[in-house]
Amino acid sequence: MPQEIERQYKEILRQYVMRQTEQNLYAGQNFSRQLIQKNIAPEEVISIHKAALEEMFPELPMNVWHSFDLLIEMMIRYGLAHAEHQSLLEQQEEIKVEMDLAANVQRTLLKTTVPEVAGLEIGLVSVPARKMNGDYIYFLSDDLKNAGVAVADVIGKGIPAALCMSMIKYGMDSLQDATSDPKKVLDIINRIVEKSVDDDMFISMFYGRYNVEQSVFTYASAGHEPALFYDAQKGEFSELHAKGLLLGVVPNVTYAQHEVKMEYGDFIVMMTDGVTECRTDEGFIEQEIIASLIHSLRDESAQTIVDTVYKELEKMQNFELRDDFTLVIFKKTH
Amino acid sequence: MNIQVVLKEEENFVKGFISGEIDAFTAPILREKLATVQPKEGLQAELDMSDVSYMDSTGLGVIVAFFKNINADNGHVKLTGLSPRLKRLFDITGLGEIMHIETDDKGGN
Repeated sequence: MPQEIERQYKEILRQYVMRQTEQNLYAGQNFSRQLIQKNIAPEEVISIHKAALEEMFPELPMNVWHSFDLLIEMMIRYGLAHAEHQSLLEQQEEIKVEMDLAANVQRTLLKTTVPEVAGLEIGLVSVPARKMNGDYIYFLSDDLKNAGVAVADVIGKGIPAALCMSMIKYGMDSLQDATSDPKKVLDIINRIVEKSVDDDMFISMFYGRYNVEQSVFTYASAGHEPALFYDAQKGEFSELHAKGLLLGVVPNVTYAQHEVKMEYGDFIVMMTDGVTECRTDEGFIEQEIIASLIHSLRDESAQTIVDTVYKELEKMQNFELRDDFTLVIFKKTH
Repeated sequence: MNIQVVLKEEENFVKGFISGEIDAFTAPILREKLATVQPKEGLQAELDMSDVSYMDSTGLGVIVAFFKNINADNGHVKLTGLSPRLKRLFDITGLGEIMHIETDDKGGN
């Protein structure tokens, strides 16, 4: 094979030395692609060049041949760098495959079922900025009288955030009681998280529970973005604030708990900071813009609202999510 | 996107001036810089953030870790010059309740 390459190269070189046309130059370019494919190191290319030259112009002075030996010696470094680059590319490919697998595992592990209770529509969209999602949604429901939802955002993105998430899942799994008070839910999860995370890692979480019989939404927040409550009668939004520290900062926290009565057409929008901190090149997308967007969609189904808001905000940010994006809507339909 | 951190240490007092944006890319720089602060019993730390134009949750993580470290030695951390947007971040997260925070008075409070 190397002999074949030498022969081919000699021919290309001969043609070019005779006539310096574009076409002959192009043949050289094409040939270099072949060399790369066959993993021929740069110093070997120069050896090939030297050998071809020796045959074609044996009468060249010794100095010229010596200079080639120096050049070959120098190019060995380049060859090594090239080999290293190749192996990095392979490693990167391996990591990418593993990331894909991990993202799949995460999706399966953290799957949650949207509850179905009478008179309540639930819409959900959660899109990771990268492969792994740092936002987490967990539904806790008896599929009869209570529908609860936890919206959590792990500080940080990517793999560490994704790993952290399973902690919330198992904490929530252990509750298994859809009538649990939001402030109690947060207290339990906080104790679990506080014991297990690093100093600079923490989680914000909102927990809300809708009770069918009383049409009441009860909520508490651990340092999370306030939810928005849409009052259909007044046609206005208000923020559902609840005092409470982020999960994982200190072990004993008292979480405030509030409730709001829901009437027909009212809905509650829960989100992560990927929604409120949407940034374009000109600056932040203001909360009012998001609110008016949701307002214009108020008569649509909960799922249509979240899907449309996501699409619009994605468009405003030039289809480039900077942070994980999660939006959940609880809408009272009758 | 850049960050600048200048620390001045004296006896039992350290003052830090942070300027620029604190996000996922610059937060490690801030973390490293703050990690150079020698832990001391009862250290008084003050971080001037009036020139911080943006901070995301990653930045918040760095500040909290610093706060926890200083607090562990009975020290005290004060944050000053917070813009309304930063103040909101500390309020929402409940950190405003456990940390000493002074807002930027340039806006006339």
